[in-house]
Amino acid sequence: MDLSYTPEEEDFRARLREWLAEVLPGLPPKPSPDDWPARRAYDLGWQRMLYDAGYAEVYWNASPTVRLIFLEETEQAGAPYVGANFVGLLHAGPTIASEGTPEQRARWLPPVLRGDEVWCQGFSEPDAGSDLAALRTRAWRDGDHYVVSGSKIWTSHAEVADWCELLVRTDPAAPKHRGITWLAMPMDAPGITVRPLRTLAGSAEFAEVFLDEVQVPVTNRVGAENDGWRVTMVTLSFERGTAFVGEVVACRRVLGELAREARKNGRWDDPVLRRRLGRLNAEFRALWRLTQWNVSEAEAGGGVPGIGGSVFKLRYSHARQELYDAAAAVLGAQSLDLDRLWVLDRLSSLSYTIAAGTSQIQRNIVAERILGLPKGR
Amino acid sequence: MRFQLTEDQRALRDGVRQLLARRFDADALRAAVAEPGLDRALWRGLGEAGFFALRLPESDGGVGLGLPEAVLAFEEAGRALLPGPLVATHLAAGTVAGAATGETVVTAVDSGPVEWLTEADVVLGDASGAVPLRSVDPLTPLHRVPDALPATAGPVAVLLTAAEQLGTATRACELAVRHARTREQFGQPIGAFQAVKHLCAEMLVRAETARAAVYAAAVTADPVDIAAARLLADEAAERGARDCLQVHGGMGFTWESEVHLHLKRAWVRAQRGGEITESEELLAADLVG
Repeated sequence: MDLSYTPEEEDFRARLREWLAEVLPGLPPKPSPDDWPARRAYDLGWQRMLYDAGYAEVYWNASPTVRLIFLEETEQAGAPYVGANFVGLLHAGPTIASEGTPEQRARWLPPVLRGDEVWCQGFSEPDAGSDLAALRTRAWRDGDHYVVSGSKIWTSHAEVADWCELLVRTDPAAPKHRGITWLAMPMDAPGITVRPLRTLAGSAEFAEVFLDEVQVPVTNRVGAENDGWRVTMVTLSFERGTAFVGEVVACRRVLGELAREARKNGRWDDPVLRRRLGRLNAEFRALWRLTQWNVSEAEAGGGVPGIGGSVFKLRYSHARQELYDAAAAVLGAQSLDLDRLWVLDRLSSLSYTIAAGTSQIQRNIVAERILGLPKGR
Repeated sequence: MRFQLTEDQRALRDGVRQLLARRFDADALRAAVAEPGLDRALWRGLGEAGFFALRLPESDGGVGLGLPEAVLAFEEAGRALLPGPLVATHLAAGTVAGAATGETVVTAVDSGPVEWLTEADVVLGDASGAVPLRSVDPLTPLHRVPDALPATAGPVAVLLTAAEQLGTATRACELAVRHARTREQFGQPIGAFQAVKHLCAEMLVRAETARAAVYAAAVTADPVDIAAARLLADEAAERGARDCLQVHGGMGFTWESEVHLHLKRAWVRAQRGGEITESEELLAADLVG
């Protein structure tokens, strides 16, 4: 058991820290969360800076430990989050890198790294939420094209995306996990309608996407026809594995800010509140250690995140909600003011136990795949 | 960063597990409950195996290992529900004659009740006026020391206790899963029901989160890390044992089942090392320090 880093890793950390200190003060102010075109420009501008400085590939080509250092340092320095580039960098990119042909890798990977193109995720459907494999969006072969009809929901960044990682049903007669295919769909193709969805946080974070006989070239298929479920599992292992590393660092920073705010407004004198924050300190320290443990395992196991991701995701998503509930306790009546810091974060934290597999689904995964309990009938 | 067990650490853990399976199996546990008392032969056996001398330098006749290895050994002791003042004797190795070899049984007075007072050969701290309690844990005799100035246990004692709690959390999850896979109701194993499945999943999540905290604290030996490990390990052990009892249903409520012993020991350990609020205050102070 060792928590120290190699000289090369420490050197990487030092250079990155120096670079961040140099470039971050010159960044433009963050755009409004509802201005999607401005958010796209801001997020891609940051990605381009990473690319030009040689840091963009950290997401795909560095060791898990170096990626951990990168996410830790960028978050601690208050650098922009991946934002609109989330799906391209963390889902579609690694999936294409792992499962795509040389031509597909050459076509789609460089624009994601350079910050030229944005991806969105067309997995969820209105009638297939947690039961992802129950999706019904159909695709027919027509010569060298697939013709796609159906609808998707909860599609982040759809309004400003160039590409969509799309799951379609290509064999309705096959068992539900077997007839699925993974396609890269251009978002400017005729027949696509994007309708923003307003969330309980008041913003249009997601969209519904309607597909009416959209033509997608067969060459845009990643993996074999009807083999999309296996490809999707590769995507999801990335989603549950490393996607939350930076967020744990952010939560630890927020916890420190909460304590300072409580000292300022006098609530720190309440021992119940103080100890509640102390407990959250224990919680997020442990979650950071669990992250380091999982990253070490991934490194030893060849780089693909393991099933420990479900254990982490379960604990983290609930801890994040407890953190922002504590923020409301620190703020008191001000926690009802949407203009106050942390109030929107409290609202958006409500999605964490639902998105990327609900806590109920994650508990089934832990119970069946790690503990070996039988599937229910 | 290799935050995983090394080959040597795995071998050590497996060795302690095998030793305890040989010397303190389920039958021995039953016998100990029926006839309480410290097994001196077992204590010397632990001494011979290096359990108490694990962190003593080799030049002093010890094994020369560190805190991470001690944590792994204490986790196994917790898993096996091994009785006796293990932490106090381990900490006394090198300063109290015979502690390292298991010839001398050492207990210590800290802020909680004193464990194994009448069986101990050496008592560290002032135990004058000690009054016996009817201990909730049949395998841990307890005394209350009314007038003694409560000395708080040091961070290492807190960490080794947390390691024992981690062992209990892990064992409770194993016992619950084993029962849920074999016990049938309504025509299928109860582990197929989500209500049972989700209890077991949460037990594992709590145990694994506590494991990361306990192992990291063993590497850093930082008092704030140790306080965090203590909170997480206490929670994982107490709630884990409670959920394990629930999964066992009516059988879990009987004296015959092993489950209540795990829960009661977890309660005893949670009283060691000062009030839990002290750990919470330490962690709170760290946020503004």
